[in-house]
Amino acid sequence: MAAMIEIKSLRKEFGSFVAVDGVSFNVARGEVLGFLGPNGAGKSTTMKMITGFLAPTSGTAVVCGHDILRDPMKVKAAIGYLPEGAPAYPEMTPWSFLNFIGQIRGFRGADLRRRVDEAVQKTSLDSHLYVPIESLSKGYKRRVGLAQAIIHNPEVLIMDEPTDGLDPNQKHEVRKLIGEMAKDKAIILSTHILEEVEAICTRAVIIAAGKVIADGTPAQLAARSDRHNNITLRVQSRTAGNFKDHVSSVSGVSEVLMVREHDGVATWRIVPKSGAALITQVGALARQNNWEVLEIRLEQGRLDEVFRDLTADATAKAGREN
Amino acid sequence: MGHTLTIVKRELASYFITPVAYVFIVIFLFLTGIFTFYLGSFFERGMADLTPFFVFHPWLYLFLIPAISMRLWSEERKQGTIELLMTLPIPMYAMVLGKFLAAWLFTAIALALTFPLWITVNYLGTPDNGVILAGYIGSFMLAGAYLAIGAFISSISKNQVISFVGSVVVCLLFILAGFPVVLEFVSGLAPQWLINTISQFSFLTNFESLTKGIIDGRFIVYVLSMIGCFLFANAVMVEMKKAD
Repeated sequence: MAAMIEIKSLRKEFGSFVAVDGVSFNVARGEVLGFLGPNGAGKSTTMKMITGFLAPTSGTAVVCGHDILRDPMKVKAAIGYLPEGAPAYPEMTPWSFLNFIGQIRGFRGADLRRRVDEAVQKTSLDSHLYVPIESLSKGYKRRVGLAQAIIHNPEVLIMDEPTDGLDPNQKHEVRKLIGEMAKDKAIILSTHILEEVEAICTRAVIIAAGKVIADGTPAQLAARSDRHNNITLRVQSRTAGNFKDHVSSVSGVSEVLMVREHDGVATWRIVPKSGAALITQVGALARQNNWEVLEIRLEQGRLDEVFRDLTADATAKAGREN
Repeated sequence: MGHTLTIVKRELASYFITPVAYVFIVIFLFLTGIFTFYLGSFFERGMADLTPFFVFHPWLYLFLIPAISMRLWSEERKQGTIELLMTLPIPMYAMVLGKFLAAWLFTAIALALTFPLWITVNYLGTPDNGVILAGYIGSFMLAGAYLAIGAFISSISKNQVISFVGSVVVCLLFILAGFPVVLEFVSGLAPQWLINTISQFSFLTNFESLTKGIIDGRFIVYVLSMIGCFLFANAVMVEMKKAD
C-alpha cells in the first residue's frame, strides 16, 4: 500500500509557543485515521498545515505525491477538507454554494450538475437545497460542509471534528457516509469521541502537546490499558466464601481484587501475570466449587483510559519543560 | 482568469441575495439626488451640465464605499470561511482581485442607475455629453481607489466597524491632501517637494479636472497604480492575518 499522505516532521510555532512539534505519520489508501488528542494538542494546526491553510515552521507533508510547500495548488486540488465548524457562506443556499465550490474545482456544465447532484444525494441534502445556509440546523450545516468536501471525489479527505455537535442519529449517518467512502480514499478525521474511533477508524494516532504519543489500531491501543486481559467476575458471595484464596493459588494469577460487594453479589477483578490466559481455568474452578457465577468477562481494555493515561503524562511533561 | 470570474460571480450574487445591494443603491440614489438638487442648485444654476452631481461624489463615497468594502475580508475571517476559501485550489491574486472587481462592478451598477439625471439634463438643454462621460469615468475611477483602500483595511481587522471607520479615515486623508489648509499646515514642517507630492496624491485635485471634462491620462494611471498597490498590500495582509 502506497502512502497517500506522508507527514514529515511537521512543526509549527506561534511566537514562542510550539503548537506542533515534529509530527510524522503516513496514511495509506483505505485507511481511516482517527486523530486524537486533548484540546490544544495540535490536531487542528496539523490539519491546517496539510491542507495548505497554515505554512509549517519546518518539516513538510506530501499528499498524493505533491509536496505541500512546492506544489500547494495540486495538494489543494487533491484534498477534500472539512474545516472545524464547517464554515460556509451563510447567505447562500446549499445549492448555490455547492455550485460555487464545484466551479472553483474546475467543473462546468453537465459535469458540474452531476457532481452537485451526487454530493447532495450522498449527504441527503435534497430537502434543504434552496434554504439559506444560515437558517439551517447544525446537522444540515455539517452536511453542507461534507458535501462541499466530497464534490470532486477527492483521494484524500481531511475532516476536523466531522460529528461535533450532532445528535446521535446524525452522528450515525455521518459515520455511515465516511465508512462507505473509506475503501478508495485516505481519510484523516479528528475527534474527541473515542467510541467514534472504535466505530469507524482503522487506525488511531494520539497526539498531546504537539507530539505523537501513540499510533496503532484502536484494538492495539486499547490493549495498552492496565485492564487489558483482566477478568471481571460477578458471583453470589454466599456460595463463594473462599473465592480469593482459591483463585490466587492458580498459577498465572498476579492479583485478585474485590471491586465491590452489593446485595450479596461480589464483583472481583482478576489480574493475570503478563500474557497469561486464565478465563478457562477460572471457569473450571467455579464449576468445581459450585460458585453461582452471574457474569464472567474478559476485559479488552478501554481506549478512553489509555487516552487519559497517555495524554495526561505527555501534557504534564510538556508543562514541566516550559 | 476562470477562478477570478467565479469569485466575482459569487461575490456579486451575494450583494443581491442580501438586502445590502438594494439598501445601498436606494440610499446612493437618494443622496445623489439631494446633493445635486438642493446643495448643488441644479436648476437654479441654469446650466446644462452635471457638475453639481459629480462634485459631491468624493464626499458621498467617503461614507458609502467603506460600507461596501468593510465586509470584504472582515466577514470572511469572522465567519471562518477564509479557511475554506484558502484551502480551495485558488491562487491568492484571484481571491483578492475577484472580491475587489465584484465590489467595483457593484458600484458601477449603482452609478449607472443615476442615468435619469443624464436624461433629464439632455431633455432640458444641450449639455456636452463628452464632459458628462468624463465625469462618469472619473467617478468610477474614484470609487475604485476608495474600494482598494477599503479592501486593504478590511483585511486588517475581523471587526467590520473598525474596518469601516479605518477606511473612512484613510480615504479622508487622501481627499484632504490637496486642501490648502492642510498643505499650509504641513508646509512649515516638510520640504516643498514633499508637499507637492502630497498634494498630487489628493483625490480632489485629481478628480476636479475630470469633472471639467478633461480626461487626464495621469489620473487614470494614478488610480490604477493606487489600486494595484493597495490590492498587493491586501494580499500580503490576508496571508499574514488569515489564521488569527
